[in-house]
Amino acid sequence: MSLIQLKPQTAPAASGKSHLKQATQGHRFDAELVAVTKRYGTGPAAVADISLRIPRGSYCCLLGPSGCGKSTTLRMLAGHEDVSEGAILIHGEEVTHKLPVDRGTSMMFQDYALFPHLSCLDNVAFSLKVRGVATRERRAQARQYLELVQMDHLADRLPNQLSGGQQQRVALARSLITRPKVLLLDEPLSALDPFLRVKMRSELKRIQKELGISFIHVTHSQDEALALSDMIVVMNDAKIMQAAPVREVFETPTNAFVARFLGGQNVLNSNGREVSVRTDRCRLGHATGLRSVEGQIAMIEYQGNIVRITLQTPLGDEMTVLQSDTDYFAQNPQIGDTAMMSWQASDEHILAPT
Amino acid sequence: MATRKRKRPLSFYVLATLLGGYAIFLYAPMACVYVLSFQGPQGGMSFPMVGWSTHWFEVLFQGTGGQGVGDIPAAFRRSIRMAVIVAVLSMIISVAAGMAYRRKFPGANLVFYSAIASMVLPGIFVGFGIALTFNLLGWRVNWFTSGIGAQLTWTLPFGMLIMFIVLGRFNPAYEEAATDLGANARQRFWMVIVPIILPGIIAITMASLTSSYEEIARTQLNVGTGNTMPMEITGLLTAATSPVIFAVGTITTFVSFSLVIASLLVMTRLAKRRSSRTAQ
Ligand SMILES: Nc1ncnc2c1ncn2[C@@H]1O[C@H](COP(=O)(O)OP(=O)(O)O)[C@@H](O)[C@H]1O
Ligand SMILES: [Mg+2]
Repeated sequence: MSLIQLKPQTAPAASGKSHLKQATQGHRFDAELVAVTKRYGTGPAAVADISLRIPRGSYCCLLGPSGCGKSTTLRMLAGHEDVSEGAILIHGEEVTHKLPVDRGTSMMFQDYALFPHLSCLDNVAFSLKVRGVATRERRAQARQYLELVQMDHLADRLPNQLSGGQQQRVALARSLITRPKVLLLDEPLSALDPFLRVKMRSELKRIQKELGISFIHVTHSQDEALALSDMIVVMNDAKIMQAAPVREVFETPTNAFVARFLGGQNVLNSNGREVSVRTDRCRLGHATGLRSVEGQIAMIEYQGNIVRITLQTPLGDEMTVLQSDTDYFAQNPQIGDTAMMSWQASDEHILAPT
Repeated sequence: MATRKRKRPLSFYVLATLLGGYAIFLYAPMACVYVLSFQGPQGGMSFPMVGWSTHWFEVLFQGTGGQGVGDIPAAFRRSIRMAVIVAVLSMIISVAAGMAYRRKFPGANLVFYSAIASMVLPGIFVGFGIALTFNLLGWRVNWFTSGIGAQLTWTLPFGMLIMFIVLGRFNPAYEEAATDLGANARQRFWMVIVPIILPGIIAITMASLTSSYEEIARTQLNVGTGNTMPMEITGLLTAATSPVIFAVGTITTFVSFSLVIASLLVMTRLAKRRSSRTAQ
């Protein structure tokens, strides 16, 4: 799926909102972390010496298990957490010790943190109010941003009279009205039900493309990261495992952790080396010239157009085969059967030791 | 099944009777006081009523109640003046303490427990101790020094406890969001924190107002010259022989209820103002 398809089709609408676009200067990266470390107290670092460069106009996801330091990284970018060592740059300009408001970042909080005593409109207008913009002017502007997130019809509601998805839209408008150079989002979709989550993530992507600024989005969901990202940063244990365009991370994971965490890969031993093979390149059965491993079928999940078959090897590893439904019905394997899983040597991708 | 009418269990009737008994015990004797306060000029301290009049209220307000009746209006003025000052001070100090207490600092627990402990100190000795200390230092006790100080030892622990709880539960993300949107410390306080904790602030102010107005144990030795209302009424109870005392009861109740109703009105006004934004 190309990004162009996600852009709004109607040209007038796009040009009508072009005034919301952030002016860009001659910088190459929207955000840079240079050897950044964060320590709380004396324990191990929450973020250990990470460096990262996020190209202009990227949708970047920070992906990793809980506690790996994603939120801390985001909060350091936002200026809500001091940096222990290293430097942070936004649009090529150092902001390491600047106040959040002077950085050109804006943060959307995990629970949205909408002010409960203000209407949606006044929530969105808040940043203009603290800058002393007159009431009429700031409300008019706030209304435009509520339109951008399709919430203008509920402008006078209080936050607790809105659903989770609606609150999220308001929080987004409240962040965007500050004209951020980079928008930071901490697990913005985790409070939503699965249906809304999918809907809102395409909305986020649409708005990011429309505004042309970088979004840095923290998530622990692989699906979310794959669906949204131009660039994925996989983190584990306070360090970056891999930071690359989404396709590169998926197809050529640097190590077993990335391969396993992102899914879609079997991690196995081949000729004494650790390699990954995509689950959709593996098949049941054996033919000459193919590499293979034997196992017992532990699980078969029919998913309509594909079938996911899990094998348990004698060593206790789990391997997955994604089969098309036609192959599956032709072979008709059963749970408990002993089966071979095979793949071509050229589909192996060599992993670095973790 | 859901539409079938449920039979009320026995416990419902037991508890309902208990509540009814409590209400009668609370309000019936008070009703006697209110009725007797309208006793005719020739009437006595008990039933039957000898005609109806507002005679005893007039006596009360003219401060000519005779035996045992002091200057009630002056006492009321002294009490309410002190109550307002104490309420405002308690509110300001409690909010400030609550704000400070959101961050851990060395000795934070000590501050917390010493504040709480003063709730259980016997009030009469606290009052005595303050008076004694003033005496030792050669200072004169006075309503606006020792008097207000003594009352603050009573109202502040409650106010601070309420604020510790309210601000302890305050989601720090609100403040971070405000910072992120460019608000400075002053704007964060006035535009975000205060509106959100306003119900707690009103609660502290009203509670301090009423407990100051009623306080006697700590107050009596420390106000200096001139009695406060509770002191005046205590004196009246032991000395008065006329229905003036019932008039005092009626008026005191009226003032208390007015305060409660006023604070409820303020609360509902606030709630209305919030929901009216949605009405447009
Ligand atoms: N305010 C804090 N004080 C002490 N330790 C913290 C604080 N915030 C986060 N940590 C620690 O830093 C590590 C990373 O946390 P975090 O960035 O929140 O992880 P993630 O968002 O990836 O789940 C965790 O081990 C966490 O316990
Ligand atoms: Mg987190």
